[in-house]
Order: sequence, then structure tokens, then C-alpha cells
Amino acid sequence: MAVASNPSSGAVVEGAGREGRLAVRRRLLEAIGWLTTPLLPDDYLGLVNPLWSARQLRGRVEAVLAETVDTATLVIRPGRGWAGHRAGQYVRVGVDLDGVRHWRSYSLSSPPERADGRITITVKADPTGLVSRYLVHQIAPGTVVHLGPAQGEFTLPEPPLGRLLFLTAGSGITPVAAMLRGLVAHGWMPDVVLVHSAPTPAEVIFGAELRALAARCAGLRLYERHTRTAGRLTVPQLRRVCPDWRRRHTWACGPAGMLDEVERHWRRAGIGDRLHVERFRSIVTAGGDGGRVRFVASGRQVDADGVTPLLVVGENAGVLMPSGCRMGICYSCVARLRAGRVRDLRTGREYGDEGELVQTCVSAAAGLVEIDL
Amino acid sequence: MSATVPEAVGTTGHLSEVDIKEIGRELDRLRDEITASLDDADARYIRRVIAVQRGLEVGGRALLAVSILPPAWLAGTTALAISKILENMEIGHNVLHGQWDWMRDPEIHSTTWEWDSASPAEAWKHSHNFVHHTYTNVLGKDRDIGYAALRVSPEQPWHPVYLAQPVYNALLAAFFEWGIAIYDVELERAWRGEKSWAEALTQLRGVARKAARQVVKDYVAFPLLAGPSFLPALLGNVTANTARNVWAHTVIFCGHFPDGAEVFGEDRLDGESRGEWYVRQLLGSANITGGPLLHLMTGNLSHQIEHHLFPDLPSNRYAQIAPKVRDLCARYGLRYNTGSLLRQTATVWKNVFRLALPGPKRGPASDRPS
Repeated sequence: MAVASNPSSGAVVEGAGREGRLAVRRRLLEAIGWLTTPLLPDDYLGLVNPLWSARQLRGRVEAVLAETVDTATLVIRPGRGWAGHRAGQYVRVGVDLDGVRHWRSYSLSSPPERADGRITITVKADPTGLVSRYLVHQIAPGTVVHLGPAQGEFTLPEPPLGRLLFLTAGSGITPVAAMLRGLVAHGWMPDVVLVHSAPTPAEVIFGAELRALAARCAGLRLYERHTRTAGRLTVPQLRRVCPDWRRRHTWACGPAGMLDEVERHWRRAGIGDRLHVERFRSIVTAGGDGGRVRFVASGRQVDADGVTPLLVVGENAGVLMPSGCRMGICYSCVARLRAGRVRDLRTGREYGDEGELVQTCVSAAAGLVEIDL
Repeated sequence: MSATVPEAVGTTGHLSEVDIKEIGRELDRLRDEITASLDDADARYIRRVIAVQRGLEVGGRALLAVSILPPAWLAGTTALAISKILENMEIGHNVLHGQWDWMRDPEIHSTTWEWDSASPAEAWKHSHNFVHHTYTNVLGKDRDIGYAALRVSPEQPWHPVYLAQPVYNALLAAFFEWGIAIYDVELERAWRGEKSWAEALTQLRGVARKAARQVVKDYVAFPLLAGPSFLPALLGNVTANTARNVWAHTVIFCGHFPDGAEVFGEDRLDGESRGEWYVRQLLGSANITGGPLLHLMTGNLSHQIEHHLFPDLPSNRYAQIAPKVRDLCARYGLRYNTGSLLRQTATVWKNVFRLALPGPKRGPASDRPS
């Protein structure tokens, strides 16, 4: 991680040695692969210790720290194959609930500079959220979770640009917390204004830490907005809190309504390029009957009703659809879901997560659907 | 034409359209019930079986590395044979059916799984999951009837080539893995012009690539690593693979070829309803009675009937489904074909011998023991 963020000459030499070692390792694993075929050595290693598998990246939850009544920080020891991250990025986390894997994305709240190599995510339990409630209230230390690689462009440039404005609300503080902690780790706090909204002082995630940080660092100014008593921060109010907002590079993360408003405002001021936005939830479709079906690789899209199998929809649209029994038995027709949800025509049940494989011969669109075909 | 004889038990002549519809509805409900109840315990089951199988494989191979000592050879070969049987039957076959796809675990998924067999998973999924499970026991459609090499039903026209079929069948048992790999390429369909030779050759190359790695692993790499135990280790691998072949052949032949399993004509498929499809699966399949260990070692194909009704439900649930299916059969007067491994195997071999010769005129439904 340090190699990536700080390419000094020493680090480059170290990087070359590392690459050589990796090449040797790759060849060794290839040779061992002849013994484990048709499986990979990782399939056996992962059985001994889940963290040893590089093919399936996993992490062990070492601690669950309560932040507020409905928010907790999970300290995770990532397994072999974790390639590091930049402050502000997010990670996909997969957990098995009732035997079924569920994936969600969470911002990393730890900076890559963290000395013990652990990563943290800070999760706010959504009252109707299956995964977030489990992560906040139920998961026990020692549980192994699945991880994706760190992703996202909501990061500070290197070196950081002059003056910064962080505009956050609720759990939107988490990627910004990673950035602030990273700046602290480097021992250099530029001119930063942090405007953060939460319903009450007790519900400010990392409240004590942020206040202490603001008291300690001359460069950091913290404006806390408690919306239950003071109401939501309006744009004119924001301009009073941070009069030089136009001259600052702004990173904003929070509810969609807030982000939409901020984007509009920044665009109107002609400084849309100075605004960086992170949205937590992609557009959720209503899941009504039928909808637009996009076949991503084929570049075709059609409107489908809620009773025609996606297989037939695709075939009628001229997409090369794999197929077999056409009755939900043989799994020759499965395709990857990019977005949206589908309805199982046999049971009426609506299902589908991003990346899930669906049986196109017995599934119909439930709202906008994107298929990887 | 259909082999069913109206007055015989196990046929469908006595069922009304309403009955068949109700059978379909009842089985759909059973399927929904099981699907809704799948949970953590099922996930733990398959992961445990996989862990045990890989443990047995590693242990067996370690023992074979010192198999110059006879007890190590015996234990190592046994462990490896059990491991290969579990890998092919309770794990591979069932994972490739998509039985565990509901877990959304890419490591235990029908689209990513590759098994310890000469046949590549892709080819198998086509010839088995699609052709066999969709057209089960339909003459001219289901290539698994005799595996395009044997006459296992009187409805298959006789040919002198079948005279030696007891010998072919014994050879097929010993080399079952290779038989399946070649079978999946569907050479006879290319011969008849139903598929292109180019496609068949591409598939054949796929088999060669996969099989080469299998052969190198079992018969070159591990014996070489055993050093002074080279020969016994090689023999151990040959024995384990052969044991797996004979066992898999035995279990699989008990699935559709014992006495009483019915075959159907192609006309049966015209406008076949969901209920009729279920009934065809039911009557075309046969179970093996036994305890949990037998069910595990057969990959739960001892519940062939339940497997054919619900090929994508997790195999560990078939034992729970079986009494309900049996009860349904009793209520609707349908034959539930089950018997001991010995009995089912004996009738399979009896048929292989009998049908090597021309005839008989009447379908097997009428000469089965009542």
C-alpha cells in the first residue's frame, strides 16, 4: 500500500523484488495446479484458513465497535490478495445469511496508513436492511466475510489540492473519516472545512473523534448541524458557514436528496468540476411488473411485460441467448444480472442482486433490468 | 410408441386430466416448500461434504506416497476411491445441476464448477442436465437410454451388434469415466449429420485437454512424487478410479434401467403439461433403498425419482421429500419403483443379457414382478 501511495526510490526497488517473488509464486502455483486439477491450490488452502485463498478474497472480523445506537465499526483483517485501498474508496462485503450470500458496498472508514494492516467499515443499520442490521447488531468477532477489491474514485488527489470542503450527512461521514485519518497519519492538515449533518449530537458518527481532531488541528474547522433541532442545512446557510465555498474543492457524501441539491447548486455556479460526489445507493427500481430490459454486451434494449421470460425477450430482440430446457431445470440459460430485479415465474418471487446469475427461461423483468449478454 | 400397458400398475391410464393436474400442483407445492426452507444448515452440509472429500483426497494421496507399505496402500487407495466417489456423485453431479446455486457462492456454483472426471463440465451439463433430464426415457430423444451403445428397453429395435452387450456393459463399467466423456461429444449424432463434425471435434479437443490433466495428475505426477512407491501409487490411482467407475456405473444404471422403469414414445412430448412431465419423470426412474451412508455414497441418486422430479433441489433434502412422493404415488395408484441395490442391479444385468437377444414383444411393464 505504501508502495502505491509513495513511490520513493526505495519503494520502487522493493516493488521490483516483490514482483519477482510474485512471478516465482505464480509459477509454483501453476505447477501445483497440475496436482490439484481440476481445482486450484487455493481451493485447498482456503479450507485450512479462509484468509489464505487469493482467488476468493475474504476477511476476518476481529472486532465490532459500537459508534452510535445504530452504527458500528467492523475491524476486519483482510486475507491474502487484499491489494490495499485509497482513503475514500469503498469495498464490497459479502455475508452468508440463511446460507445465501448477500453483497453490499460500504465505504472504508480506515486510511491505508493504518499500521496494523486492518481495514474498517462503518455501517449504519437501515431498519429494513437485511445485511446492515446483521453487520451492526448480530455479527460476532471471528466471522469470516467475503470482500471485493477496493473501488471508487471518491478520493483525494495526490498531492492534495489547496483548500477543501467536506460536505457530509449521516453515514456519509465514513469515506471522509478515512480521508481525515489519512491526513492526520501524514501529520499534515491542509485548510479543511467539514460540514456534517446528523439528527442529534449523539447520532454523529465519530462525533468525539471529529471534535477532538478539530480542537487539535488548526487547519480543520468542524461545523456540526443537528437537524432535529436546527433543521436541514439549506444552501444559503451553507454559504454563510463556508463563505469561500466556490474556491474550495468539495467532497460531498450523504442522502440522494442532499447530493442532488448540491450538484445543482455547484453546476449553476459554474464550478461543477470542483465537486466530487459519492452516492451510497444506486437507483432502486420500483419492481413493478415488466420493464425495460437492456442486454448490455449486445447493446440492445426492449420493453418487456412481467410474464414473458427474459430468454424469450432476448431471443425476440435478436440477442444470442444461451438456452436449454426452457423450464427451469438445466441451468443452461443462466445470465449475469447487472442491475435491477427479476421475478421467478414459477413462484412469483422477486429476486436478484447485482452480479447474481438468473435463470432467464423462468424469470421475467420486474422493473428495469440489465443483463450481461 | 408408448410402452405403457393400461391395466398394469404404474401406468397412467387410470388417471384423469384433473388427477394429473393435481399431481403437478402438489409437486410444485412440495418444491416451493423445500425451496423456502433452505437455510444455513443446508449450506453447512455441502461445505462439510466438500471439506471431508478434500480431506480424504489429501490423506489418501499422502498415504499412497508411502504405499510401498501394504497397509498404507490399502488405506490410501480406499480413501482416494471414496473421495473420488463423493466428488463425482454427491458434489460434482449435484453442483452441476445448480442444486447449490441458491447460495450464490461462486465457488460452489453450476456455472463455475469443474469436476474430477474426464468429461468437461460444460459438455456434461448439455448432455445430462438438458438432454437427459428434459427428455427422460423418451425413445429417440433421451440418449441416456442405453447410452447410445446398449439395448436396455425392448422398444429399442434389436441389432446383431447388441449380442455382445454384456461384454460392452462390463467394459463400460470399468471405464465409465471415459465412456461418459466420449458419450458427451455425441459422435453418433455427428455421424447421422444431426450436428457438425467441426463442433464434435472442438468438443473432442476439450475432452482431450481436460483428460490430459486428469491423466497426468493421477498416473504421472502423484506416482512420480511417491518416488520408490511409484508403482504401488500408480496402482492405487488406477484402483481408485476403477472403483469409482464401477460404483458410478452401478448406481446410475439402477436409476432408469431396472425392471419397471417405463420408456415413452416421442408423441408423449406433444403439448406435455407440467403434471404429465412430472408423471413421466416419476415412472421413468427407480430408487435404491438403504441408509444415510448409501444415500451419501450414491450422491443421493438412490433417490433417483425425487432427483428427477426436482433435479435442482439440494440432494440432502431428497430423503425428506421421498416419503411425500411415495405417499402421492400410493394415493394416485402410481408405481414407486424402489428396491435394494442388489435387486435393482440384478434386474439391470438380467435385462442387459435378455435384451442382447431379439424381443421380447411385450414391454417391460408387463413382465415385471407384481
